[in-house]
Amino acid sequence: MSLATAPAESPSPTDRRPPVTLTEYARGYLARLAGGDMGSLPAVLGLVVLCAVFTILHDRFLTAGNFANLFLQGAQVTVIAMGLVFVLLVGEIDLSAGVTSGVCGAVLAVLLTWQDWPALFAVPVALVTGVVIGTVLGTLVAKVGIPSFVVTLAAFLAFQGVLLMIIRGGEQIPVNNEVILALLNETLPPWLGWAFAFVCVAGFAAVALVGHYNRSRRGLIVPPLEVVLLRIGVLAVVLGGAVFVLNLERSRNPALISLKGVPVVVPVIAALLVIGTFLLDRTQFGRHLYAVGGNREAARRAGIDVVRVRVLAFVICSSTAALAGILVVSRDNSVHAESGGSNVLLLAVGAAVIGGTSLFGGKGRLVNAVIGGAVVAVIDNGMGLLGFSAGTKYVVTGLVLLLAAGVDALTRRRAVATGTR
Amino acid sequence: MENTTPLLELTGVDKSFGPVHVLRQVDFTALPGQVTALVGDNGAGKSTLVKCVSGIHPIDAGQVKFAGEPVRIQTPKDAAALGIEVVYQDLALCDNLDIVANMFLGRERVRGVVLDEATMEELAAQTLAGLSVRTVTSLRQHVASLSGGQRQTVAIAKAVLWDSRLVILDEPTAALGVAQTAQVLELVRRLADSGLGVIMISHNLNDVFAVADRIAVLYLGRMVAQVPASEVTQSQVVELITAGRTDGVRSPDDALPVNGDLS
Repeated sequence: MSLATAPAESPSPTDRRPPVTLTEYARGYLARLAGGDMGSLPAVLGLVVLCAVFTILHDRFLTAGNFANLFLQGAQVTVIAMGLVFVLLVGEIDLSAGVTSGVCGAVLAVLLTWQDWPALFAVPVALVTGVVIGTVLGTLVAKVGIPSFVVTLAAFLAFQGVLLMIIRGGEQIPVNNEVILALLNETLPPWLGWAFAFVCVAGFAAVALVGHYNRSRRGLIVPPLEVVLLRIGVLAVVLGGAVFVLNLERSRNPALISLKGVPVVVPVIAALLVIGTFLLDRTQFGRHLYAVGGNREAARRAGIDVVRVRVLAFVICSSTAALAGILVVSRDNSVHAESGGSNVLLLAVGAAVIGGTSLFGGKGRLVNAVIGGAVVAVIDNGMGLLGFSAGTKYVVTGLVLLLAAGVDALTRRRAVATGTR
Repeated sequence: MENTTPLLELTGVDKSFGPVHVLRQVDFTALPGQVTALVGDNGAGKSTLVKCVSGIHPIDAGQVKFAGEPVRIQTPKDAAALGIEVVYQDLALCDNLDIVANMFLGRERVRGVVLDEATMEELAAQTLAGLSVRTVTSLRQHVASLSGGQRQTVAIAKAVLWDSRLVILDEPTAALGVAQTAQVLELVRRLADSGLGVIMISHNLNDVFAVADRIAVLYLGRMVAQVPASEVTQSQVVELITAGRTDGVRSPDDALPVNGDLS
């Protein structure tokens, strides 16, 4: 096709524009906020408010020891939530992700403790268990056409039974494999914590600045350099601050035993976040996930294999849940009938949605799950410190989930009204 | 016009869905560089005809020639390979993706495994510039934030981004206001002027007469007329649509040329 003859009398998008100024960028950002595209802003604000409230109400909330606890308590929920984002993006739900993590944890524990396998072999088998579960769920949903709500609710019940069968009707399988236990019980030496923070910030800065340079060299629209630098600065301050606090001595009796450093699980979650975000933002598969969630029919007509994309979303969710199962084995030093059951799944859905992932599909990022997971962990931790009963904690967490889902629904309505969706 | 090889030529096309005979012995021609309007009442078979051409429904009988060559279009992929692109009435855009992502949906440019966003953005900008589109301010806007006309523009630009030779537009102006309709019609005209074959399904005869070179009228599954727009009046076309015949226009049975030597 030749369009060379078409008139080009007017300014076109290829013309070099002057770079977007800071005020223009800020105005655009505010317009997006007003239009309902709030991302994880409500969750970040909520996190700040919650932390402030708990700090005022309880003097032990803002201590290095408690800060480290937050990571250990929130790890399982956060990792499951990260997997759930993939399923939520294509407009489905996985209610069985929590018990899937329990089942995979049990597989790991049986292999390590009863079969004496080394972790090197047991961990892949546990992860493959997650892949298999995800494939079955995804096939039932995408190929057979059963609503995901029903499939995964059935799986939620069935897998609780499977878990009981694996652990022979309710035994507690202890796990004392050093590699597995290290995940949530060991910390990085302080220098390694700093190195980790440095690598993260430097990597982010390199990607952001190179991308900015390349785009502006080709005459494409870029955010102002100040905004890019601000993002890098914020990441550096947050990460640096966190590593500094985690490197403080938090043992109650430092003379006897020293406890300081970044928990091993933190780099694990960071790695997941980077890999998952790369998958979602930079690859064709990620683009197709968003497309299927945004308009399945359009995706189908564009030649995207919608069934495959939906199955893969479930596979990713379940295998991420398997990873969470390994983390929970590490935290509890064992597997028992309640591993991954109870409210774990609802907390994870809550984490994803609170962070700004839409239950309607097509909208959400992995960092949302991490921020939402932090909110859930802070609520749980803070209310525990204040001595509220388990009952109250459930009620409050339920209300927060409802609030987040309500904000999601209202945002969507508002976005429809203002045309930003 | 000197270019007389029809881009698309259907002869004697039949299509039934079970007992329902939707297309009967349909002859149809689309020429490169021309806008062919396909009109007809509801249920006349316009959409079925388009779906046959775009590979969604295989035809039962008849012959299809593309650029003079006999072809078989069995799947949408076959149609795309020939350079036939359809812009559906519901546009099939993903609201949650930006303009560039929508234009390249399903055919993203990649370097290794990484999306080549910069190249896609440049190509999208070139295509829009080539169509003289000046209504879109940022290629990174989400499609949700666009107006109806802008969305139509993106859908059309998406169709011409690939080396397409025949673009089929299903009711491109149905949901648009006056100014936006004018913009889209202007764009349709420019597509044809750049050498593409354009088939436009429309209910709105004002739009048809504003932009079409030729008008094809379907009536109850039969092609009752296929004439240059300059040779008929609006009221004659209305008669053809509603009654299947009119005084003063040769019916296809009286050797109405369908092979393009009209123009």
